[in-house]
Amino acid sequence: MSRDRFERGLLRVLRPVVILALFLATAFPFLYMVTLSVRDIQELILDPGSIWPERFTLDTYVDVLTKQGFLTFMRNSAIVAVASVAVTLLISIPGAYAVARLRFFGRRQVHFLFLAVYLFPAIVLAIPLFVLFTMLGLRGSLASLILVYIAQTVPVTVYMLRNYFETVPRSVEEAAAIDGCTRLSTIWRVVLPLSKPALMATGLYAFMIAWNEFLFALLFLVEKRESWTVSLGLSQLAGSIEIPTTVLMAGSVVLTLPIVIVFFASERLLTEGLTAGAEKG
Amino acid sequence: MSRTPARTLRQQEGRAGLSLISPTLVITLVVVVLPLLWAIMLAFQDARLINIRRTGIFGHYTLENFGYVVSEPGFWSSLVNTLVYTVAGTGLSIVIGLVAALALRDRFRGRTLVRASILIPYVAPVVAVAFLWETMLNPQYGIVNTWLREPIAFLTQAKGEFLGVQVPVALLTVIAFEAWRYFPFAFLFILARLQALPGELDEAAVVDGATPTQRFRYVIMPQLWRTVALLAVLRFVFTFTKFDDVYLLTGGGAGTEVVSVRVYNFLTSRDDIGAAAAQALVLAVFLVVFLAIYLRFFAGGEREQR
Repeated sequence: MSRDRFERGLLRVLRPVVILALFLATAFPFLYMVTLSVRDIQELILDPGSIWPERFTLDTYVDVLTKQGFLTFMRNSAIVAVASVAVTLLISIPGAYAVARLRFFGRRQVHFLFLAVYLFPAIVLAIPLFVLFTMLGLRGSLASLILVYIAQTVPVTVYMLRNYFETVPRSVEEAAAIDGCTRLSTIWRVVLPLSKPALMATGLYAFMIAWNEFLFALLFLVEKRESWTVSLGLSQLAGSIEIPTTVLMAGSVVLTLPIVIVFFASERLLTEGLTAGAEKG
Repeated sequence: MSRTPARTLRQQEGRAGLSLISPTLVITLVVVVLPLLWAIMLAFQDARLINIRRTGIFGHYTLENFGYVVSEPGFWSSLVNTLVYTVAGTGLSIVIGLVAALALRDRFRGRTLVRASILIPYVAPVVAVAFLWETMLNPQYGIVNTWLREPIAFLTQAKGEFLGVQVPVALLTVIAFEAWRYFPFAFLFILARLQALPGELDEAAVVDGATPTQRFRYVIMPQLWRTVALLAVLRFVFTFTKFDDVYLLTGGGAGTEVVSVRVYNFLTSRDDIGAAAAQALVLAVFLVVFLAIYLRFFAGGEREQR
């Protein structure tokens, strides 16, 4: 019994310590990122150990957005991300519906293909695509990047949506069919409105992939500064000596913030959607 | 509708299914499957961007690329780096994820905040977090180095001494980054599994007088093995071919060169497509071999568990 009491006591002390350590290890770097982005570079050089800035400035943000061109980079990233999300959903909704509901030739093999694409190393794929787009003269175009992102996300989003579509009761769809809906209008009027949380989740996944991706953006766009995405822009400017670190830190905040907001906003929406479904039984 | 055994309806369904899935199949075929086949062909040809149009299906096939790549001095050391980086990164991220999931299993005030904070490293863009680490670890103005008695060049120093032992500083830093960035992934998986576990077993063990560590060892862990095994496979596959993290942190310098960074360098600065493709294929083959070994080993272990 004494061993039990000892272990319990130890855990009662250890658990808060572990939680605090995890919290600090994850929250502190991002807090530091934000506080570093709102101070002058002189302050950092003179007093590198300080966490809280003495004087706040937003000049870093003005500098990074206008002079360093992050506004353009953000526009490019937004175009790429929004287009990827839209086309990914457009392609994967019918695909997922087919896999969930319809019996067709090769339906079982499709899963294997999806798993293979999901686990497939991007670095292997990068070689032929780099060569192909160079030959076609498409390097530097955002469209080529969007195409690659769609191909990488579609198999996963089909899988995610399929799991959800299978929970939509068949009887609702049959009722719609009796009321004269064609297959496509059944999907549009019945299945999709019932699947909003899943659509949010898949859209978010596609958005995150497109906004965060680095390797293909580097390979396709690096020579053409006006097409850089935010990720690529930050990585390219990070090496230069002329741009102060605090300005680049403002750039990292600009890069990170949209993803964090989108993630946490939709995470709540997701849980709400799920509980709303549970109430109806 | 679907209960009618009419053959034509079934055929209609099949046709509708194929036409609905065809955009998905076409895009994966065109952008993933065909390029992969082409990459395999390129690996067996002398391909550079200048002469790429002369290579083709009926081009001149050779094993030269493989011989060249494997005999290059940096190749084997980068393969060892890749393996060390992958095994350590995978292991650490799973262990920390497990600890985090156990710590956050029961409710406490502020759990939502801590949980959100834990997820950020995984959600945030890799370029931003890599730059953040670079800044924090900078020997001149990095905040971490102001806490140390002597500044350490974490990302640019290949070897250093720690308590009298030679340690690969940059490689360890990259591994730490990997663990920090991906433990939330393991945390999410394990926490979901933990919260789905039936409470009765744990309660029965408490009644039987099992201490917390005994309950962890004999009640909780056996129910988590599957999740941990799956995580190990996923993280191993993803980390083994990972390019972004190492490239952004060290650029492959200071003894951290992994195979994927070499592939990138062959492709861009050396403009040797054939060798890059050959190297990527060798990497993929090693990945499959290691996975096979692991799965064999694990399948044996699972039989013992039963």
